[in-house]
Amino acid sequence: MAEHKSSGFDVAAHAPVPLWRDIRVIQVFAQIAFLISVIFFGYVLINNLLNNLDASRLTIDFGILDRPFGTMISEGTESFEPGESSNLLALWVGFKNTLRVVLVGLIGATILGVLLGVGRLSTNFLVRQVTVVYIEIFRNTPLLVQLYFIYRGMRLIVPRDLADSYKLPGPVYINRRAINYPQILGTDTAWIFYIAVIVGLAVGIGLWVWRLRVMDRTGAPARTLRWFVPVVIGFAAVGWLLAGDPFDVEYPELQALNFAGGSRFSAEYIALTVGLILYTAAFIADIVRAGIQAVPYGQIEAARAQGLGGGQTLRLIILPQALRLIIPPLGNQYLNLAKNSSLGIAIGFFDVYNVANVISNQTSQSVAVFAVMMIIYLGMSLTISLIMNAVNYQMRLRSR
Amino acid sequence: MKRIIVTLALLAALSLAMVPGALAQDGGSLLDEVRARGTLICGVNGQVPGFSFFDPDTNEWSGFDVDFCKALAAAIFGDATNVEYVPLTANERFTALQTGQVDVLFRNTTWTLQRDSEFGIDFGPTTYYDGQGLMVSAALGATEIDQLDGASVCTLTGTTTELNITETLTSRGLSFELVPFEESSQTIAAFEEGRCDILTSDQSQLAGLRSSAADPGSMVVLGEVISKEPLGPAYLEGDSVWADVVNWTVYATMTAEEFGITAENIDSFLGGADPRVQRFLGEGDEPVNALIGLDPGFTVNVIRAVGNYGEIYERNVGIDTPLQLDRSAGLGLNRLWSDGGLLYPPAWR
Repeated sequence: MAEHKSSGFDVAAHAPVPLWRDIRVIQVFAQIAFLISVIFFGYVLINNLLNNLDASRLTIDFGILDRPFGTMISEGTESFEPGESSNLLALWVGFKNTLRVVLVGLIGATILGVLLGVGRLSTNFLVRQVTVVYIEIFRNTPLLVQLYFIYRGMRLIVPRDLADSYKLPGPVYINRRAINYPQILGTDTAWIFYIAVIVGLAVGIGLWVWRLRVMDRTGAPARTLRWFVPVVIGFAAVGWLLAGDPFDVEYPELQALNFAGGSRFSAEYIALTVGLILYTAAFIADIVRAGIQAVPYGQIEAARAQGLGGGQTLRLIILPQALRLIIPPLGNQYLNLAKNSSLGIAIGFFDVYNVANVISNQTSQSVAVFAVMMIIYLGMSLTISLIMNAVNYQMRLRSR
Repeated sequence: MKRIIVTLALLAALSLAMVPGALAQDGGSLLDEVRARGTLICGVNGQVPGFSFFDPDTNEWSGFDVDFCKALAAAIFGDATNVEYVPLTANERFTALQTGQVDVLFRNTTWTLQRDSEFGIDFGPTTYYDGQGLMVSAALGATEIDQLDGASVCTLTGTTTELNITETLTSRGLSFELVPFEESSQTIAAFEEGRCDILTSDQSQLAGLRSSAADPGSMVVLGEVISKEPLGPAYLEGDSVWADVVNWTVYATMTAEEFGITAENIDSFLGGADPRVQRFLGEGDEPVNALIGLDPGFTVNVIRAVGNYGEIYERNVGIDTPLQLDRSAGLGLNRLWSDGGLLYPPAWR
């Protein structure tokens, strides 16, 4: 009997798995439970918010966006009428100030970051060490501290009195308040010049394409630039003559307390933009370095064997392969830069965050204002993400 | 599965823990909550010497606003040290109050119609009648606002200040550049270092900032005042028990000055003959002081802790302090009504 039992059919081992131990059932229930807990958590948060708002007799009112904005916005070129223009318009002016910082910041940080990243791998000892020190300093200190440091540091090294401003040719005046520079303004006839330039470019591109075709057909050197440049310059010159000097230059002139005329970069704008560039470039440098180092050394040896020079190797062999690895993390840095621009409030820069803060304060509608704020920053970040994804798609490895 | 249940239970517990504000509203007054907690949480500025300032060397808070926080703690607990000070920027203060992060604001906050109605808060009696002024560099030689066309103006953001200065300068047709900072320290640094020609704020704050500047002599506060700034305590709307406690604590300091009671001489008033003074000090049967839910002797505790209004004023901002705000200078608004000022506490009976 004992023998029979050990070798026989074990009912317990082959019985259907009970529901509570069935992996498929558990998975379904776990998902349901997770979903419920997410909904519950969200409900609790929103309910808590509404309850508390209700308890303090506050309501969420987006109508405040139509109210007049009572504070002067001096930053930017937009003529803003405090007390008459709406809060929404103020946000728009602030957003344009943010964009001014972010766009310049992205370009500057990319250029500086790539230079530093390449410098980090330089064979020159001094260049390599200087970049290492730079990267470690800027990467390992808080951005806010750097911004204060740059803002106040810059202020202290330039002249205090407007009359003593550093004067560069132009004339460009540099003092503790701003960099004042001449502004170029189009006259009424400037459109003639613009059209001439556009037509010139169109014709130039046409010639360029034609020359390439000629080269394909006959094997003669294309010499595209020799055709393109004179044509564009020629059209521009004709446009200039037809429009009769289409531009006026407005020079900054010293008044009692400010410079009248011309345009300016305020100290806050410069400090924020420079700060963001210096900080973000340190991170980009490391990304670029990693990307370059990830290219197999055999590729470089192969390039050398083909007779390519150092610059050609970098441009034709290393960077195209490195870019594929660089672009995704680079996008993250771009997003960081865009979001970090909101730190401008610490140094008195009137960006969209600062404007939103003022509105939320003057109306106490912080929930409504910050909802708008999140939409604005989300929109900006998603746009950057989309562009970087598109670039990433273009750069992807194509297997043939 | 067990883990999920535990998680859910934790979430539920957490959600209950997250609605204290709402629960407190349904129940009694904030006074009960403060009593149960054992400390008063007082929202202050923290960056204006003379009004509220944290001295990192002594680890102590001091100032005019701080003294009123102490007075309130003394009124509730009989102990002026039972205060937790929360330094708040102009931007944070109302949210901190609305979310119950602080019990009361003594943070040079201007009483305005909009704040009183729309912000869900109420204002207590004005403790300091102020007005917005302009401070300029002495080297500028300016004596009035109209000489300041084209100037750069440094100001704090999130205040009535930025609205007033914009309104004043635009209505006079003066061009200007406004540089808004979030922190007082940044504002004063920008002014001292020549980023701005003008620093604008409440006159009392200007005096405070000037007194702590490296070279006070290089700055001049213009005589012109461009706004009314009644500064006082603020608390959540709809809790009249708590409102009474805050209001009558402030009135106690003023009433004490009316009677000439000070922190030093208060013992000579205890058990005295004047029925008005006895009523004020909560003595006798059925003291009126108990009606607002405090210990009848709360006025004695307040005066012992911080003294009367005049003492608070002179100790923190008066003529013998670095701020040198002469109480009788100008209109002398911050004096008792009997001296020609605006301080007129209601009848104590």
